[in-house]
Amino acid sequence: MSPQSNENNLTPTDMQSNEYSAAHIMAKEARNHSSPCETVDSMPWFGMDIGGTLSKLVYFEPKDITRDEADAEVETLKNIRRYLTKNSVYGKIGHRDMHLQMDNVCIRGRRGTLHFIRFPTSKMGNFLALAKSKDMANLVTTVCVTGGGAFKFEDNFKKEVNMNLTKFDELDSLIRGMLYIETTNPHECYYWSNPTDDSKCQKVPYDFSEPYPFLLVNIGSGVSILAVYGPENYKRICGTSLGGGTFLGLCCLLTGCNTFEEAIELATGGDNTRVDKLVKDIYGSDYSPYGLPGDLVASSFGQMNSKDRRNTVTKEDLARATLVTITNNIGSIARMCAVNEKIERVVFVGNFLRVNPISMKLLAYAMDYWSKGTLKALFLEHEGYFGAVGCLLQFNGESS
Amino acid sequence: MASENDSDQRSHPRCIKLPPAVEVFANLKNAQTFAIDIGLSLTKIAYYSTVSYRKALYEDAEGLGNSGELAYKVFEGNRLHFVKFETRYIENCLNFVKKNLVDVERFHGKSIKVTGGGAFKYTPLLQDKLGLLVDKKDEIDCLIKGCNFLLKNIPCEAFEYHRHANPEYKFQKAGPNIFPYLLVNVGSGVSILKVESDEVFERVGGTATGGGTFWGLGSLLTKRKDFDELLQLAERGDHRNVDMLVKDIYGGDYSSQGLSGELIASSFGKAVACGQPKFSEADLARSLLFTISNDIGHIASLYATVYNMDRVYFGGYFLRNHPLSMHTISYSIKYWSHDRVTPLFLRHEGYLGAIGAYLYSTEQKDKCSWLENYAGSSSFKDSVSTDLGIKVDQLEIDQAEYAVTFCPLLKDPASYIPDTTDLAQDKEARDYWLQCFEESVDKFVSRAIHSQPLSPTAKDRGLKLKEKYINRLHYLHAQPFAYGALTVRILLDTIEHCMKEFDFPDPYLHQKRKENEEALRHLHERVTVIDKLEGIEKIKALILGVLSGNIFDWGAKDVAKLLETNDFGFEEAQAKIPGRPWLEDNLDDWIHRLQNGPAHKCAAIFVDNSGVDIILGILPFARDLLQRGTKIILCANSMPALNDVTYPELVVTLRDAAKICNVIRQALEDNTLIAMETAQAGPCLDLSRLNLDLCLAMVEHDVDLVVIEGMGRTLHTNFHAKMKCECLKLAVIKNRWLALRLGGDMYAVICKYEQSSPKTKIYDIEIKSEAIKDGCPSKCTGETTELCKCDNSSDRNTSKVSV
Repeated sequence: MSPQSNENNLTPTDMQSNEYSAAHIMAKEARNHSSPCETVDSMPWFGMDIGGTLSKLVYFEPKDITRDEADAEVETLKNIRRYLTKNSVYGKIGHRDMHLQMDNVCIRGRRGTLHFIRFPTSKMGNFLALAKSKDMANLVTTVCVTGGGAFKFEDNFKKEVNMNLTKFDELDSLIRGMLYIETTNPHECYYWSNPTDDSKCQKVPYDFSEPYPFLLVNIGSGVSILAVYGPENYKRICGTSLGGGTFLGLCCLLTGCNTFEEAIELATGGDNTRVDKLVKDIYGSDYSPYGLPGDLVASSFGQMNSKDRRNTVTKEDLARATLVTITNNIGSIARMCAVNEKIERVVFVGNFLRVNPISMKLLAYAMDYWSKGTLKALFLEHEGYFGAVGCLLQFNGESS
Repeated sequence: MASENDSDQRSHPRCIKLPPAVEVFANLKNAQTFAIDIGLSLTKIAYYSTVSYRKALYEDAEGLGNSGELAYKVFEGNRLHFVKFETRYIENCLNFVKKNLVDVERFHGKSIKVTGGGAFKYTPLLQDKLGLLVDKKDEIDCLIKGCNFLLKNIPCEAFEYHRHANPEYKFQKAGPNIFPYLLVNVGSGVSILKVESDEVFERVGGTATGGGTFWGLGSLLTKRKDFDELLQLAERGDHRNVDMLVKDIYGGDYSSQGLSGELIASSFGKAVACGQPKFSEADLARSLLFTISNDIGHIASLYATVYNMDRVYFGGYFLRNHPLSMHTISYSIKYWSHDRVTPLFLRHEGYLGAIGAYLYSTEQKDKCSWLENYAGSSSFKDSVSTDLGIKVDQLEIDQAEYAVTFCPLLKDPASYIPDTTDLAQDKEARDYWLQCFEESVDKFVSRAIHSQPLSPTAKDRGLKLKEKYINRLHYLHAQPFAYGALTVRILLDTIEHCMKEFDFPDPYLHQKRKENEEALRHLHERVTVIDKLEGIEKIKALILGVLSGNIFDWGAKDVAKLLETNDFGFEEAQAKIPGRPWLEDNLDDWIHRLQNGPAHKCAAIFVDNSGVDIILGILPFARDLLQRGTKIILCANSMPALNDVTYPELVVTLRDAAKICNVIRQALEDNTLIAMETAQAGPCLDLSRLNLDLCLAMVEHDVDLVVIEGMGRTLHTNFHAKMKCECLKLAVIKNRWLALRLGGDMYAVICKYEQSSPKTKIYDIEIKSEAIKDGCPSKCTGETTELCKCDNSSDRNTSKVSV
């Protein structure tokens, strides 16, 4: 990002104009200035990533507003800012991840705070209604969106809140956002030490200043795996449909739970070894000829074909088994991709990892164990928001 | 969609009538060695047993008398039996085995090789029931041993599956060059094994998402608790109601990444907090099947890429040759590997562990040749009901009496296919031949019964044979892939297997002997006629003689009627040969070759029928070549098939002919005329399973001309076979339908002469050095290096290009 300078040099010429023309003129101004530092786009700045299950909204709250600017700011904009920053729950559907909030960041020459908000994609209708009720339609005509929903909901945005969507590529946004946050937040990247030992296991910051090459495993509803060789140099090498959506879908079916949080909570109290068949369940102990430890899962859900066993397991056990199954499978695929690409660092992101240390520790262990220590699993604090951030960064205040 | 439904119908017929009760645990009383593979859901018992069967003696006429009964000698053959049943019946089955074993005490203190996940649990039961000591063998070692065995020995064992193509099943042939490969065993979990040779292999990885996951989750998510029921349920469902597709997220394709809207983005993604479920149990089962099959295919393709393998075989109980699973795995592995990896399935995937465990209990056995017994094996598509009251699958593999290998003169053994027409693909031909064989079976059976006039059981056995064969034909009509590739050769072989099974060792023996004696009476006259001719006319007459002789074929329905009239002789046959040009007519090239080229060093002649064919057709032809200075190897069947001349008969016939013809007598004395056996037991010729001794002799004698005679050996099997040396294929088409199909008429003539391409060199036929030491007659060991020292890849390229 460009260094911050001249942040206050903008003086809108027509302070009395209505909201629309103010924004219009500001955008026009921005175009007439040559230095990128002077670029100012119409507020508010949003980046949005509409995934299959979850929609992520990143909001930049400027903290460097001058008095002139503040005076010029329309009431709607103020209201929106106030609404977003004073609340953490929006209309029962949206949640702000306050612990992820980033203060004092600089984007396009402006200094401010990044807020991270999410809501279920299935509540898109409620979201649009909320946006309409806050007069969003009068402020911005264009929203920067990535993710599949950018295509799927384009018409809804247009019809219901008179907004045009500027679509950005999902993977470009993901990498851009990730690199930005990682360089901006000194404690963004970490790994889990001693992942199998709960008493010793802890998050340890990781110096990711020399990132390339790395494997980026984005676990949303499904999974995408990218090999990243440089900021602009990456390829999607594969993906799998067994992702967070599979975990949640199966958990809902198996336990009757309704949300990801519930599912994770159930899993936390469960024991998958009552559901899975372990190596020792088959061989009595380790399968020594091939070095397979007895505690290794040989067959996920492998005991559930037995009626007796089905009658003794709890919802918690089933949730745990589902979580372990999906996580281990992602781990296997990621590991093989890393070997194929000859890459040693594997960065796991995506909202599947939110409030989910079980999976992170499992991935950390699996990478280390099966690669005999050559692969390292890395994690990022803002795991699910990089697409939305990348989108925000690409926002230039007008439709492209 | 209609076509898809059709193919589903074909894969899962519910209307096929199988014989109600099949003898299970056949030959148990003679069982020698047992091995057992106890799996989570299925158990496979293997036992090696001796099978007594009679061979009819050609020479010993003492038993003949006026009764027409033949003289027999009893032989012992060896056979491997495999019986597969659900593990929950293990106790019933062991009880049955115990009850039926003769002299069960002889097993006390002996050991039984046991493998599989249940080996641990059932050890006490095994020891209790059979008194056998349990010797546990590693599961993976057994799998690989079994897989290698099947790939090397069983034709059409492995296949590619193309759900929407014709044919759906693309079979591979057996052969020695099977390494390296990846074996993905999908049992409860998945093991991925890299196999580089019989000895070198390793477990390179695996995943816990396997058959047990499908079964376990399926039991939790639906009311079906049985594995097969879950598979059936999945057939009916629509995964799109449960899975989140790319288009559910994007509204359409995700074109910038080239992902089609129909791809599954998130398995079970629509099941999230769904309130009112919009899907059925069948939808869930199908989604589950797709989830797991896709995942296995994906992981397999990643391992194949890491280890640089282009062939991946799938085994284990999850597949059970279930079309939808095979289709999904195939699709997934091709998608992820960008078509670089070929997914292959095995007809007998369920038996890998049992075969491997069995092989542990025996030394040496893997050095023999083996043949799938089509009479005793059940198809890989369906289980059969048994007199034990449970459903089982059976596989029987006969130990061949001969070591076999590829004919050393095949231009490209790797691409050789011993069949001209794939009946699975060619529906018209399939329908015709299945019908044709059904119509012919009465004739074969009545002759079989008549060959044993003194036997009180002959009629009963004959009728059982007929029922079995006709049932098989009907079954193949609905399930053309049930026994691998479906070809005329297989149909003919099946008749012979059934004949042997029902103790009709050689129904045509009497007929053959009569015809040989009759034909020998005309040999002198025939030779005299030929000797009066010279040059082109003589060559023509000899070819015409072979062709006329070839009309005498009891296997051809229409001709058999003629032959029964008794006044059909050589002259009459000659009159049937149409005028030239023939349907396939390279006679002039052949004449030119004989007149202008140097004499051939040695000719291998693959002969067809007894009587007129061999004696008045082939012998004069061979005699002429002998007179030109060419050595002759007459190659005859080892076992009887219709009225084809067998090796023992050929030896006697040559001895008798020597009394009539001096050239033949001298040649026999000089060893320039040799009779050898092919190791074949049907009216066709599979040059990929030729008697090793014969192959070695062909190399030793530097065979530079191969003559193949008859419909079965030429038209049905080797019409397109390319040789490294000159090759003459001679046959008369005694089947109107086939003749018309090829553009000729009844008695159309095939006279196909092919020059060798001078550039091709000896190809690697992979006769192992130890095999040569063991199996080679001492006289030729000195020369074997020529055979085996085969050149490398550059030669392969040459031969490919020249094809």
